[in-house]
Amino acid sequence: MPPIQTTLAKSNSTRSGSRSAVAAVLGLALMSLATPLAHADEEVRSRPPALSPGFRFTETTGQELFASACQGCHMPDGKGAVGAGTYPSLAKDSNLEAGNYPVHVVVRGQRAMPPVGAMMSDAQVAAVVNYVRTHFGNEYRDAVSAEDVKLARPEK
Amino acid sequence: MQNEGETGLSRRDLLSLVGTVAGSAAMYHAMTSLGFASESTYNGPIKLEGDTKGASVLVLGAGLAGMTAALELRAAGYKVQVLEFNSRPGGRNWTLRGGDSFTELGGATQTCGFEDGLYLNPGPWRIPYHHRAVLDYCKRLGVALEPFIQLNHNALLHAANAFDGKPQRIRDIKTDFQGHVSELLAKVTQQSKLDEAVSVEDKEILLQALRSWGALDRNYAYKANLISADYRGYATPPGGGLGAAPVAGEPIKLSEILQSRLWRYLQGFALHQFQATMFQPIGGMDMIGKAFAREVGDLIQYDAKVTRIQQNDGGVTVSHVNSKTPATPQLAKADWCVCTIPLSILSQIQIDIGPRMKAAIDAVPYASSVKIGLQFKRRFWEEDDAIYGGITYTDMPIRQISYPSSGFNRSGRGVLLGAYVFEGANAYEFTSMAPADRVARAVELGARIHPQYRAEFENGIAVAWHRVPFTLGCAGSWTEKMRDEHYDNLCQIDGRIVLAGEHASYIPAWQEGAILSSLNAITRLHERVVRT
Repeated sequence: MPPIQTTLAKSNSTRSGSRSAVAAVLGLALMSLATPLAHADEEVRSRPPALSPGFRFTETTGQELFASACQGCHMPDGKGAVGAGTYPSLAKDSNLEAGNYPVHVVVRGQRAMPPVGAMMSDAQVAAVVNYVRTHFGNEYRDAVSAEDVKLARPEK
Repeated sequence: MQNEGETGLSRRDLLSLVGTVAGSAAMYHAMTSLGFASESTYNGPIKLEGDTKGASVLVLGAGLAGMTAALELRAAGYKVQVLEFNSRPGGRNWTLRGGDSFTELGGATQTCGFEDGLYLNPGPWRIPYHHRAVLDYCKRLGVALEPFIQLNHNALLHAANAFDGKPQRIRDIKTDFQGHVSELLAKVTQQSKLDEAVSVEDKEILLQALRSWGALDRNYAYKANLISADYRGYATPPGGGLGAAPVAGEPIKLSEILQSRLWRYLQGFALHQFQATMFQPIGGMDMIGKAFAREVGDLIQYDAKVTRIQQNDGGVTVSHVNSKTPATPQLAKADWCVCTIPLSILSQIQIDIGPRMKAAIDAVPYASSVKIGLQFKRRFWEEDDAIYGGITYTDMPIRQISYPSSGFNRSGRGVLLGAYVFEGANAYEFTSMAPADRVARAVELGARIHPQYRAEFENGIAVAWHRVPFTLGCAGSWTEKMRDEHYDNLCQIDGRIVLAGEHASYIPAWQEGAILSSLNAITRLHERVVRT
């Protein structure tokens, strides 16, 4: 970060410090009112995703990454959509059984699907793949690792 | 072609900053060069001469590529039929006006609330002067054009973390950056540090040029004075009567401009595809599609979703269902087929072609893009800020605010393009939101540049191209490597089928690419018909 931006960022954070504190308190209050965990997924998916500050995704959890990247096409319920063509459903999807398959698709793309994993770290790709493989009626508990993702990346 | 090492700002960064389509693929693939934005190869109206032997052609898709093929092939004597998924002509040549409703994939329906005469072009929105084919069809079909303002020196450049978040005028950044750089260069020239590179004779001319180009004073310094004010404007502009003398403004320091990174946007305006003069059809981009449909509308069957494409020695058979109420497939038959279906959809349709064309169809990812139109009670950008047309660029997720290039100086409502996001995480994030949330975020972020948003905003409409039922994405996102491997195979005639569309061109996502691709495809098809 260049010096001037650091300085500006500092002065900004100082000025907005009290506001952040208020927001944090409000956030905590809201969290304590949150619905039981069973509904947490749905809640996150129906909430507008954050906007990353750069060209890469900055969300970290599988749930957040799904809500920011995947649901644009595969929809919040993971069931895809049909128009002139189809976005395949990821719900109860036997194609997800072998963990390396979704890893491969996310980092390399498939047909018209862009390689969205190119805008994520290895750990982010692993997180979102593991999330999809354990939600939407999928119960594949053998998690993929960041190392698996690294190996699946296309050559530069 | 320059690469990152030579320019310091990669081509990829530049193109994605200014939201141009050609840079899209590079978000995923490191690449050093792109085939794009070359001078149009249009050579005037196509001449398809020779005996068509009563042959028939089935055109799939009534976008600009499909309707160009239909118009020219019928004129050459072919029997032509067109199948179109939508209930309207044009495809991505599309305009949303008050009362129009649009249902995206996932089921969300938006009804446009714009006042009469105001609109959003969700797809193409500007035409470079060198897109000769588009311009010629506009002329032939009677589509009236007006200038599209790309560069407005009084529009803004904005970075969230620079200048305390305060947007800067483009003319200030441009003039000050140019002035400071000229001063530095003049200094080293005078210190004889360039003597090996510049001859004695050229040295004097170079100094003159730097003084002129950088608005430097007689000592080759860039300062607050009426010389620089001639370019960057004034703190107090010249007036009449007493106290009317102009006062120069203080230039922004070089270090501040460098650190702000706002210089990144300047060269975007100089891109060949964005140079003056650019055009737009008066009243909305879909005036072009509608003009084509006046000519070939009688050939188009709407609401037809293609489900299977077969061919054999005798001809082509295409199965299709009603796109609104899919039931028993109907069959359309012809001797030849010009298929303009986007690859995002064609890759899912069973089609009788060789493995190389199939591999090419399957190779091209489709870019993500989002456009958001916002209606305001008044044209505050003109009334308060003296911004008439042009584009403000920002590093916030909305990327751009484009001011309308028509209706200047009118009182009453106006519509801004409040976001044009192309590729990168933000395009996917906006796509993932419900339409109302996209609009709300565009208003919230845009208000940091124009605080008037808060009081003046009325309604908005947001189109995320990955949610558009007839394309499933914005445009084909080629890389150089993909082109080497697949492009020729995509464009070859396979038996009785030839593909056309922006995806089969070196001008991806531009209407010129769609039309040139179509003209090239039907020329080759016609040659084959005449020869056999």
